[in-house]
Amino acid sequence: MRGLAKLVAALALGGCAALGTVSAAKATGPTLTAVKQRGQLLCGVFGVVPGFSLPDSKGVMRGIDADSCRALAAAVLGDPDKVRFVMLTAQQRLPALQSGEVDVVFANLTWTFGREVPTGLAFPHIYYYDGQTFVVKKSLGVKTTKELDGASICLTQGSTIELTVQEHFARNGMKFTPVVFADVSETRKAFLAGRCDATAGDGSSLAGFKSSLGTAADDYVLMPERISNEPLAGAVRKGDAQWLDIVRWTHFAMVGAEALGIAKANVDSFAASKDPNIRRLLGMESGFGEMLGLRNDWVVAIIKGVGNFGEMWDRNVVGVDRGLNRLWTQGGLQYAPPFR
Amino acid sequence: MRPIAIMDRPTAVTGARRQRLEQLLVLAVPVLLIAWLAANTAANLKAKGVTTGFGFLAMPARMGISEGFLPFVAGVDSYARVVAIGLCNTLFVSVLAIGIATVIGTAVGLSRLSGNWLLSRCAGTFVELVRNVPLPLQLLLWYQTLLNLPSPRTAIQFGGAYLSNRGLFFPTVSAATTLWLVAALLLAVTLLVGLRAAGVSRRGWRRRLPALALSVVGAAAVLLAIGEVELDRPTLRGFNFSGGMAISPELAALVLGLSIYAAAFVAEIVRASVVSVPRGQWEAGRALGLPHGRILRKIILPQALRLGLPALGNEYLSTIKNSSLAVIIGYPELASLINTMASDTGQPIEAIAVLMVSYLTISLGVGWLLHRCEQRLALAQR
Repeated sequence: MRGLAKLVAALALGGCAALGTVSAAKATGPTLTAVKQRGQLLCGVFGVVPGFSLPDSKGVMRGIDADSCRALAAAVLGDPDKVRFVMLTAQQRLPALQSGEVDVVFANLTWTFGREVPTGLAFPHIYYYDGQTFVVKKSLGVKTTKELDGASICLTQGSTIELTVQEHFARNGMKFTPVVFADVSETRKAFLAGRCDATAGDGSSLAGFKSSLGTAADDYVLMPERISNEPLAGAVRKGDAQWLDIVRWTHFAMVGAEALGIAKANVDSFAASKDPNIRRLLGMESGFGEMLGLRNDWVVAIIKGVGNFGEMWDRNVVGVDRGLNRLWTQGGLQYAPPFR
Repeated sequence: MRPIAIMDRPTAVTGARRQRLEQLLVLAVPVLLIAWLAANTAANLKAKGVTTGFGFLAMPARMGISEGFLPFVAGVDSYARVVAIGLCNTLFVSVLAIGIATVIGTAVGLSRLSGNWLLSRCAGTFVELVRNVPLPLQLLLWYQTLLNLPSPRTAIQFGGAYLSNRGLFFPTVSAATTLWLVAALLLAVTLLVGLRAAGVSRRGWRRRLPALALSVVGAAAVLLAIGEVELDRPTLRGFNFSGGMAISPELAALVLGLSIYAAAFVAEIVRASVVSVPRGQWEAGRALGLPHGRILRKIILPQALRLGLPALGNEYLSTIKNSSLAVIIGYPELASLINTMASDTGQPIEAIAVLMVSYLTISLGVGWLLHRCEQRLALAQR
């Protein structure tokens, strides 16, 4: 079934590439025009990863990926709820974007050379600095990833994980048996059933997986080291510079707002602010919104809809140290270029 | 075509030529359409900055592969090797599943026709139950069942073999011993062929099987006597067993699921074919005083086989294609490995083209083989 879905996605890509014409970027980019006409943002997410995108008990998509989609919808359409979440598997993420099935992808997607340069995609910003690691059964007594020689590892197709695990074992002169599934939920089911000694993935998503186990979480250990750098980034199609700018600066606006202390609850109190940084960010002067093809109060809509970057983080990411994802003023890497 | 040509004798040549021209034109339409689509796809992908082409097949693959018949070193061997390993695994699983499905299916199909009420109802229930539940569900059921076996450290032991949720591990003879046995078999074959060529024996190959088996057993006995038989036993080392041979739960679940699913359909084909052999054949057999089993084997089944072969062939083909459902239970066959290849290389269109060509080649090959079988059976009837 997955294979079929993937085939259809690839055929759709082929078909679109075959039948579509390549138009040069106009004054208003094609993606923004399409989103405004539709009145809805099509946002590609996994929909199965706790902390990133997972429907809650009422069926509302929750997580940092889902809220990134909402922030973009708020910026473009003025309403954070004008989003349709398109659930994608790891292998469908890129073809769905290439074929125009979605406007943007926020799906635990690592920004790599191979995914940007030869694929026709672009990565506007990094919203999560992550690294890959393993979850191991506690009863095996494994303390570091160097003690995993000979282990069976449950892995999911379509991500960078198969390569990084292979390289980690090769680098340390160790062997392992990969057991590879097309779907992350099958991978985790097999791991929990004891088919593998460990499962590997992004530290953040493994932490979410572990915490989703409830009382059984204590039977598993998240390895402390990270075997790779995984900068998780939004992705758009190359060639629509305006859309890339909108996605990128929506993120920077949220980071900038956090740095200036602007939050969901107090955003209105800044209406009379004299601080030029705040006035430019909130669209009271300079008209940055219009330069992006948006309304000038786009940042106000983002903050009212989703909050600043820190609020989005605290609401969604539970049980993971914010670490590298703190603001630069607090020793992290989240840093916004000035709105000037 | 021919009668028309005879009627218009004066213009027969031009008529034939015109027909050929028309056929060429009709053929040209889809060919040109496909060529246009391919060229346009390539041009548009290039314009969008997407890398195209099959050059990646020669590049080293960095993925891990859990099991296969060809040696594979990640980061050294190419993606072409990955495709070959997937192809071998697909064929291996398919041949195994088809073989088992044919045996079970024939037994169930004949049981369904049996006069024994219990037997025929059991067979009927099996068929209805199995063919009405989707195959992916059955595969997951078998897989989850196998994963409920104990862990390696508490494996079930019988003889030198261990059964756990990591698979079945059993001892094998060492490589050197295998070599000796193969050598003995080759020697026996050469001897028998030589004897036949020399006119000493005229017996057919079927009669020689016992002799061949005997020679291998004899060789094994000699090796055992001189203490050359080395067993490679599985032992628990670290996380898992090493040494010996292993059947992984993925392979077992896939073969079980595929063969039981296909067996239900084979059973119905067998039943239909046997029923469609005229009743007179049974009666003629009985009139000759032949026992039931003998009528079935010597008269009915050969005729039923000829009737059922096309349907059986279709079932075999769909079993081969169904093996791609392995992606949901993690067995590294063609579709699964090409899935990984597609995401590693970022070239899904080319990867899926490779997949399509591979399945097409297998299917056409099997179709051709079945066609040959049908021809042979048809000739035997004349």
